[in-house]
Amino acid sequence: MSTTTVAHHDEHHDDHPTGIMRWLTTTNHKDIGTMYLTFSLVMFLVGGSMILGIRAELFKPGLQLMNPEFFNQLIGVHALIMIFAALMPAATGFANWMLPLQIGAPDMALPRLNNWGFWILPPSAILLTLPFTLALFGVGDGALATGWTFYPPLSVQGGIGVDFAIFAVHLLGISSVLGSINIIVTIYNMRAPGMTLMKMPMFAWGWLITAFLLIATIPVLAGAVTMLLTDRHFGTHFFDAAGGGDPIMFQHLFWFFGHPEVYILLLPVWGFIPQILQTFSRKPMYGYKAQVYSLWAIGALAVVVWAHHFFTAGMPVPALLYFMYSTMAISLPLAVLFYCWIRTMWKGSMSFETPMLFTVGWIILFGIGGLTGLVLADVAADAQYHNSYFVVAHFHYTLFAGGIMGIMAGVYYWLPKMTGHMYNEKLGKTHFWLTAISFNVTFIPQFFVGLAGMPRRIPDYALQFAEFNMISTVGAFVLGLSQLLFVYIIISCVKGGKKATDKVWEGAQGLEWTLSSPPPYHSFTEQPVVK
Amino acid sequence: MASHSENHYFVPHGSIYPALISVGLLSMASGFVFNVTGSDTRLDGSIKNPALSYLATPGKYMMYLGLAIILTMMFKWLSTVVTESITGQYKKWEDKSFRIGMIVFICSEVAFFAAFFGALFYMRVLSVPDLASYAPDITPYKDFLSAWPSQGPGGTVLGEAYKPNPDFHPMSWSGLPLINTLLLLSSGATITWAHWGLIKNNRKQLIIGLFLTIALGVTFLCCQAAEYHHAYTEMGLTLKSGAYGATFFMLTGFHGFHVTIGTLMLIVIWLRSIKGHFTPEHHFGFEGVAWYWHFVDVVWLGLYIFVYML
Repeated sequence: MSTTTVAHHDEHHDDHPTGIMRWLTTTNHKDIGTMYLTFSLVMFLVGGSMILGIRAELFKPGLQLMNPEFFNQLIGVHALIMIFAALMPAATGFANWMLPLQIGAPDMALPRLNNWGFWILPPSAILLTLPFTLALFGVGDGALATGWTFYPPLSVQGGIGVDFAIFAVHLLGISSVLGSINIIVTIYNMRAPGMTLMKMPMFAWGWLITAFLLIATIPVLAGAVTMLLTDRHFGTHFFDAAGGGDPIMFQHLFWFFGHPEVYILLLPVWGFIPQILQTFSRKPMYGYKAQVYSLWAIGALAVVVWAHHFFTAGMPVPALLYFMYSTMAISLPLAVLFYCWIRTMWKGSMSFETPMLFTVGWIILFGIGGLTGLVLADVAADAQYHNSYFVVAHFHYTLFAGGIMGIMAGVYYWLPKMTGHMYNEKLGKTHFWLTAISFNVTFIPQFFVGLAGMPRRIPDYALQFAEFNMISTVGAFVLGLSQLLFVYIIISCVKGGKKATDKVWEGAQGLEWTLSSPPPYHSFTEQPVVK
Repeated sequence: MASHSENHYFVPHGSIYPALISVGLLSMASGFVFNVTGSDTRLDGSIKNPALSYLATPGKYMMYLGLAIILTMMFKWLSTVVTESITGQYKKWEDKSFRIGMIVFICSEVAFFAAFFGALFYMRVLSVPDLASYAPDITPYKDFLSAWPSQGPGGTVLGEAYKPNPDFHPMSWSGLPLINTLLLLSSGATITWAHWGLIKNNRKQLIIGLFLTIALGVTFLCCQAAEYHHAYTEMGLTLKSGAYGATFFMLTGFHGFHVTIGTLMLIVIWLRSIKGHFTPEHHFGFEGVAWYWHFVDVVWLGLYIFVYML
């Protein structure tokens, strides 16, 4: 892939308002991307401090710091914030920043809609956390205490926090649908002349399939929480046996969204991970077509495997078998992806700057997450592991290691391009080792206590689990505090540092590296031609 | 290579409307929560949270305020879009963006309705027959028979007794629903006829076709209002009538809401046609509304078959 025309910059077009109005009104994909990424970082710290409260409570058996109701509220809100307000906005932020640069577009296709998609997020974060504040003033009993899954009948009985969470989910859903519409339109309509679909950067493929999944599943979640709202306040009986409904129906509707959601969080990462690998291995990525087809296969399987999240809730044996085998089938395309990632590094002249460290660490840790998922997909084994700390450890290996550490790799990879400055490499590497080690210290013990039978979402536990929980808590605090280093690295990189070259990385491939660092306010006002 | 003007994509200047709509959404959503929390009643009519009943009124005003902000800002935002369209900012490239965007948006709406159809099928095929299938010595629902339409077996829910209405009747497929089906199907034909007029540059046919479509849409809504009134006052069929009542009113209610939105969109398009905003080559605004209207039409056919007939 080569470009014949280099971007043509006209600086005099930067006639945007300054100060707060620039950010409130912006239609520029880079400004919106920056807002998404900043919001995501802030919410990552908010959600992280909530879980430190949880880990502090679990440091030793017995109830020390908080009552069980507050404990439950922290758990549910931690999950919703991390999924909807930290990981998803981070991926959307990268899409905004990098998709137009990677496919040679002047901007995202629907710029005002793009701005709206972002500005729905702060109100929904307010809705989600407002009940904590209201409880201090004696209004209601705090945030939702059902866990992020809203299962009835608990969520039908719950207080004002459930209602606020329902509307927060509605707003987050609108934001995701708007973002997806924008990304699909941008990818189909804004590619540089000559860039066919099969010449697109892998990140665009990852996001395209993510956007399709969002369009198919987010409205189903909206429907499910709407039924919950009418069950709570308007006398319907969707989730109530007395009226002919069924609480398990909610689980079906929820996980029809909830399982694809896992891939929604991961597919954008699977998009840019191969790009980082090829950059630091200094060779083209291995198996482009195989990766694209695998992403499609995973996207398609993602919507037909949902019931493996509640095998133990009860369903006919043929259904159990179907959901078990279809879930396990996902490991085939995923194995193809792992093979391609490793094969991209094979015999490359590799170097290990921070993004590459995060990527290699990501492959290993996400591999553990994937393999433990295979264990949980087994119906017979799941009967023991379900609702235990084993599940908690598993999905943190997929969503913290597979999601957030991937996002961190992307941050270090593109930060010099976005800010025009190199970050502090030494601190970056320190951040990686602190994160990778403390992450494992936190979550490996949770596999063991889970296998031994410790249930999740419980503020107190049996004495036999005490040591492992203590280790886990120490790990969690180191993990949490090391993220302050991450914040420091980002802030100092935005403020200054060694000037980054246009190409930034020696082996960098793709259109975004043909622009200056940082890129001009309006990139590609004339589209480059891809051969 | 295309010429410069065709190769230049229109990126609008900054706009404050999206951020203000979000403020409106925040106000409407939190107002709604305050209002329902304050005014929620049990099945016997008593207030659920007497200590919080003071929230109901401020909540109501927050809702109205939020709704007013949203509607005003949407009106201003869409006015800007219309101005940009008639001053020729949108060319083929932008037009294609709107088309793809509208298709994807309609797909997301299909997924939303799929959730409620899914709930209907689940209750009909799984949960209602299951509740009737347990051995008599382990079930509280001994006399419950599996038959659709069902209001469920009844029982105590969260301390409140729910009794199915003994005078309950399901909505019949003939009568008003049949008329409604014919109304919507004809409206699909009239809007296509209007589109033909637009393509032939026959403004009169366009305007008359749109007017007929709007008239059919409004008549549909009036019939649905009459149907709901009949259900609540004479048939004992309400939102609280178990599985059937919940799916019937949620499905037809959300559909009716979409018809309302579609009719408002049609009225805007009709006024724009009278002003001569559309040309045979350049009329995405019309087509977007027409696609939406056809989508609403197809959802109704699904409803008519699975909610009313089967």
